[in-house]
Amino acid sequence: MNKPQKKDFIKPKHINDYPVGPQFEAGHLADINAGWRTVRPVVDHEACIFCLRCYIVCPDGTIFKDGDKIGIDYDYCKGCGVCAHECPKDAISMIKEEL
Amino acid sequence: MSNMLDIKKITPKNITDKELFYGHKACAGCGGSLAVRLALKVLGERTYAALPAGCMSAVGFIYPQMAFKNNAIITPFPGVASMASGIEAGAKALGIEDYKTVAFAGDGGTADIGFQALSGMIDRDDNVLYICYDNEAYMNTGIQKSGLTPFGTKTTTTPAGKNLPGSITHKKNLFEIIAAHDIKYAATASIGYPQDFINKVNKAKHIKGATFIHVYASCPTGWGTPTHTSVEIAKEAVDCGLFYLAEYENGEFKLNKNPKEFASAAEYLKKQGRFKHMTEENINEVVAQRDMKWERMRRKWL
Ligand SMILES: Cc1ncc(C[n+]2csc(CCOP(=O)(O)OP(=O)(O)O)c2C)c(N)n1
Ligand code: SF4
Ligand code: SF4
Ligand code: SF4
Ligand SMILES: [Mg+2]
Repeated sequence: MNKPQKKDFIKPKHINDYPVGPQFEAGHLADINAGWRTVRPVVDHEACIFCLRCYIVCPDGTIFKDGDKIGIDYDYCKGCGVCAHECPKDAISMIKEEL
Repeated sequence: MSNMLDIKKITPKNITDKELFYGHKACAGCGGSLAVRLALKVLGERTYAALPAGCMSAVGFIYPQMAFKNNAIITPFPGVASMASGIEAGAKALGIEDYKTVAFAGDGGTADIGFQALSGMIDRDDNVLYICYDNEAYMNTGIQKSGLTPFGTKTTTTPAGKNLPGSITHKKNLFEIIAAHDIKYAATASIGYPQDFINKVNKAKHIKGATFIHVYASCPTGWGTPTHTSVEIAKEAVDCGLFYLAEYENGEFKLNKNPKEFASAAEYLKKQGRFKHMTEENINEVVAQRDMKWERMRRKWL
């Protein structure tokens, strides 16, 4: 995969299970960030001109190229709204999350 | 130095799909995390990153979470440049090829506590790209004033009230201080101009020796701005002349953007909680300082 992934973490039970030194596997995510979100970005693919502005400016990198469409990883999007605000075509709406 | 004309321009279309800084715990809309994310996309997976205490290390390494896909390490607060120099020496000794070493540090970690180590790193011309993401305060410990906090900013150590207008000192001239080392390449950038930023990172990537980029990176939590305006506000800082885009290369300064007319500094300031208290007199002082700086930059750098 081309980005860090959520992986199970097996808690060390014995001192010998701990790594020697302060290193740990790169790209290991312990949980998702979706719960931070109060609003979610939704793309209108008809209005989108695939300029990739949203993809560049997303602080979390959760917008990706899905063929010739924009995709959003809702597991890690925090709902900041930067993508919607920066879109030159107003093709992204921020919709309230329902509980 | 490599021939800059041979370097292919990086665009949203050709930049790698890989995300090397992902799933981190930065606040929604964090400008510093955008700077780190974009820089790592340009530098690639074969990058050793060193980060001192500060928001980006705090949000990237929360054991067992590791939001970096490349090799990355936290360093002591004052020592990121020393650690990066050490990584570089180690890689050289091991005969490792085709990689880059990068340091990502905040404004406090760079202009104040980490400055001595950084100065030494540049003096030795160690092959490291040092990127300072500047959110204009010590954010990770709850918004204290740093050497890069501008005049009039309300922080927890420079409260605004009857006696003080917030910070009473001005922003250090970090870029020029770095250039005064006769560094091979230094630049300023803003996450409000991401295309400019990524191509400056790409330029630095191709230079062997010490290089430095000072990138203006908004912080909605510390600045009191809505999360969705993070990129816009960092662009407005440049458009109103309170930040500037420049390069220092081969001993010469270059202004990349020389606006005929500035956007309103007062409007930029009034949008942010950290400047809301400022009086007209305070704002006039900020504008006078800006105009003096620009007069000098235009006279010397154009
Ligand atoms: C020697 C030392 N002093 C103080 C601290 C506490 N500390 C950790 S992060 C931080 C603030 C960092 O500010 P900055 O470098 O601007 O980065 P930011 O948090 O704004 O991203 C401080 C004071 C520390 N970790 N080590
Ligand atoms: S910024 Fe808007 S138009 Fe451009 S790719 Fe994103 S959604 Fe489409
Ligand atoms: S709302 Fe923010 S985190 Fe979510 S996709 Fe848009 S820019 Fe990225
Ligand atoms: S406090 Fe500011 S710099 Fe730190 S993670 Fe939050 S937005 Fe980013
Ligand atoms: Mg800071």
